[in-house]
Amino acid sequence: MAFPEQHELHKRRFGRNVGLGLVLAAFVVLIFGLTVVKVTRLGQAQGFDHVLRPEIVPGQSETAPAARPPEATQ
Amino acid sequence: MSDARLYEQSGEAGFGDYIALLKPRVMSLVVFTAMVGVLVAPGNVHPFIAMTSILFIALGAGASGALNMWWDADIDAVMKRTAKRPIPMGRVQPGEALGFGLALSGIAVVMLALASNLLAAGLLAFTIFFYAVVYSMWLKRSTPQNIVIGGAAGAFPPMIGWVAVTGGISVEAVLMFMLIFMWTPPHFWALALFMKEDYSNAGVPMLTVTHGRKVTRAHIMVYTVALVPFALAAGFTSIGGPIYLAVSVILNAVFLWGAWRIWRRDEVQAEADHYAVEKQVFKFSLLYLFLHFGAFLAEAALKPYGLGGW
Repeated sequence: MAFPEQHELHKRRFGRNVGLGLVLAAFVVLIFGLTVVKVTRLGQAQGFDHVLRPEIVPGQSETAPAARPPEATQ
Repeated sequence: MSDARLYEQSGEAGFGDYIALLKPRVMSLVVFTAMVGVLVAPGNVHPFIAMTSILFIALGAGASGALNMWWDADIDAVMKRTAKRPIPMGRVQPGEALGFGLALSGIAVVMLALASNLLAAGLLAFTIFFYAVVYSMWLKRSTPQNIVIGGAAGAFPPMIGWVAVTGGISVEAVLMFMLIFMWTPPHFWALALFMKEDYSNAGVPMLTVTHGRKVTRAHIMVYTVALVPFALAAGFTSIGGPIYLAVSVILNAVFLWGAWRIWRRDEVQAEADHYAVEKQVFKFSLLYLFLHFGAFLAEAALKPYGLGGW
């Protein structure tokens, strides 16, 4: 038994769905790309504590003091 | 086919109808001018961020196009050129276009803020407001100077592109703005002279209808003369240079000559050669803008080799 022929409306609806799918996929790629670019250009990002930890900066672990007052590192 | 038509009227739009709401031809000009604004601005922005910024400036422009089509659906239905737009054709419901335009405006502004900076996003928001509210809702149907002031909406993209990179407005950004702003009136009035559209039936006051064609011809001349100093001045800023200045001098001389010819003609002469001069000047005005921005781009592209700029 053959399926009844599709109405023109169904083709239009399908085209719209495919189009929207592609737009959403492109948007995901865009946000991902933007995130990668922004994060990799941040430099020494240290999460949300805003306190510099010299031990993670290469070459500074020996010379830097172990703890510094927070107001000087903001 | 009658049942398909029934569905059409119930608002079953195709994907292309939503694209049409964004006015893709206007968007292509926005992409070009915004791209020039981004590329000629000093400072090194990551190419991906530059591309994203241009994309969302264009999306914001498209969103304002959708809002314009929502508001102007009644006059679009009357005029032949616009009668085939999605809303007058019944494929997209007015409310749908409004929601589409508002949602895309929000996305474009927020994304531009995230990709570049708040000033650029604020300018984009203002541009959308200016085109949708100040131009479409307020000026378009109330004054024959509508396209003069409305032209500002089309002039913002290169400035937004510049601000997206530098974070501030400078004389270069203002001159790029003024170049498009002052170019818009002679460009559109040359079109209005030979496209005898039924603006009066649609209730849109066009200068050709309200003040007559003779006055319109004089206006083209005056605005072209006013445009020249801005175009040339940009040549002496950091985005200009010998190439730009040479191109600009030639283009402005030709444009002035065209405006002069339009001014000196009357309707009898124009009718006799089917508005040949007006059509010529209109086509040239497109080239005028394209080559000016192309020259900015050439100066920026040659700079690394020690050739562009002053």
